[in-house]
Amino acid sequence: MPYQPSALRLEREAARRRVSRHSTLIAIISTVVIAAVLVIVVTGAPGFKLVRQSFFSWHYAVTSFPHVLSGLWLNLRVMIIAEIFVLIFGLLIALARTSRSPILYPVRLLATIYTDIFRGLPLLLVLFLVGLGVPGLQISWITNSAVVLGTVSLILTYSAYVAEVIRAGIEAVNPAQRMAGRALGLTQSQTQRFVILPQALRKVTPPLLNDLVSLQKDSGLISVLGAIDAIRAAGIDTAQSFNFTPYVVAGALFVALTIPLTRFTDWLTRKQDRARVQQGQW
Amino acid sequence: MKKKLGTAVTLAALVASLSIGISATSATAASKPSLLTLTPGTLTIGTDDPAYTPWFDNNNPADGKGFESAIAYAIAKQLGYPASKVKWVKASFNTVIQPGKKSFDFDINEVSITPERAKAVDFSTGYYDVAQALITTTKSKIAKAKTLADLANAKLGASIGSTSYSTITDVIKPKVKPSVFDTNDVATAALKNGQIDGLVLDLPTAFYVAGAELSNGLIVGQFAAKAGSDQFGLVLSKGSPLTKSVSAAVDALRANGTLKALATKWLASVGGAPVLK
Repeated sequence: MPYQPSALRLEREAARRRVSRHSTLIAIISTVVIAAVLVIVVTGAPGFKLVRQSFFSWHYAVTSFPHVLSGLWLNLRVMIIAEIFVLIFGLLIALARTSRSPILYPVRLLATIYTDIFRGLPLLLVLFLVGLGVPGLQISWITNSAVVLGTVSLILTYSAYVAEVIRAGIEAVNPAQRMAGRALGLTQSQTQRFVILPQALRKVTPPLLNDLVSLQKDSGLISVLGAIDAIRAAGIDTAQSFNFTPYVVAGALFVALTIPLTRFTDWLTRKQDRARVQQGQW
Repeated sequence: MKKKLGTAVTLAALVASLSIGISATSATAASKPSLLTLTPGTLTIGTDDPAYTPWFDNNNPADGKGFESAIAYAIAKQLGYPASKVKWVKASFNTVIQPGKKSFDFDINEVSITPERAKAVDFSTGYYDVAQALITTTKSKIAKAKTLADLANAKLGASIGSTSYSTITDVIKPKVKPSVFDTNDVATAALKNGQIDGLVLDLPTAFYVAGAELSNGLIVGQFAAKAGSDQFGLVLSKGSPLTKSVSAAVDALRANGTLKALATKWLASVGGAPVLK
């Protein structure tokens, strides 16, 4: 006999539908009211017309777009190279800091000093010290290029942050895991590679991707050394026209660049949560 | 009753004529400080930090030394504000060009007048005709350049917000992408390091940097420009009530030779430089 829902079930489903429709309606009304209030407050401000012309002028958005886009290409290149090296060096430094063998003590000490220094120095300072100081030493085989030295500064600074994040992940793994690995006959490095690190990296994926999103923005700071990135290109156009719309265009492009990474982070964490629930592991 | 009315009318007429007379004299006396400045009775002038030589001296705009400092005080005197009634404020480039009310009555900071910029701010009439020049170091590969073609493969630099950058892109048009720096200090450091082959600056600043800041600096040459095509002007907020008076003051100083005299006094170390074509 085909399944026939009971009257009680039908009644319950109808009630649930009613409640959800009610909620949707209230959500729509609330959104419209708040949006209307914001629009009235902003457009009613006495300087609104001037701000709209200065920051949201369509004419300047169109004329500055090609220049800003070509600058964004530099941001992309720096970002990708820097991200790869930051992850590699961050992992190495984190492993150095969490090593236990007494032979590696100097390496551990160096790694601690490194993270302390480069988390303490502002990125702008590192950019000037490396970008202007290193070429000043006039060592012939070190390049003078602003882009290369700027990327190196980014890598130096961000590796320190990422190393600390990964180290936090490694230390957050339950110590029983290490003991279990050793009990199964795995060596220290095998335990680290096959048991600890996969769990550690899975734990710290959100903060790690957060640091990478921050790196995307800071890739523009190499413009203090002369390279023309998206923000600098916008600045040049702004200085020539005295109109700030190019900066808004650059901002919009950066947001568009960041959204794939943030959506990817959300999807990854949701997938991991689902896997964890399925495995019965909290 | 009639007598009282008569006296009242006479008194009123007397007061009215007196007040018209007084306001007439104050309107014609442009030297009386009655302009609509930010702070009544005080002229607020903005400039950037650091304020560069030879436009100012020792990063202190208030001492009257340096071309733009001297010009500012001369304009203030023309408008009826003695030196004691002049107040200086620091105004970065971005605060000068932003929309809305400014923190100064006018800004003096080597800002070139262009029609595009004039849509966003008010400019006074120009107080200095600018030429752009190229400096380099003696060991640079463009030290002996004589024509624009010699600069085709040079990596040049300029400061952001300056017409020097548009000189590179519109006049020199090198094949190598130029570098743009926040300030002349960083640009000069990059030139010393050899990260850029040459630096484009306005002529007076070029002479100062090549002579005083670089130990092996030299001026390669200057760039041809139509007379009056690039002028420095004072910046005021769009629609400022002071623009007419300030422009009139600049014109008066030009007419009586003060502008030329001050340029000779403060920019005399600026010699000629060969023109690169």
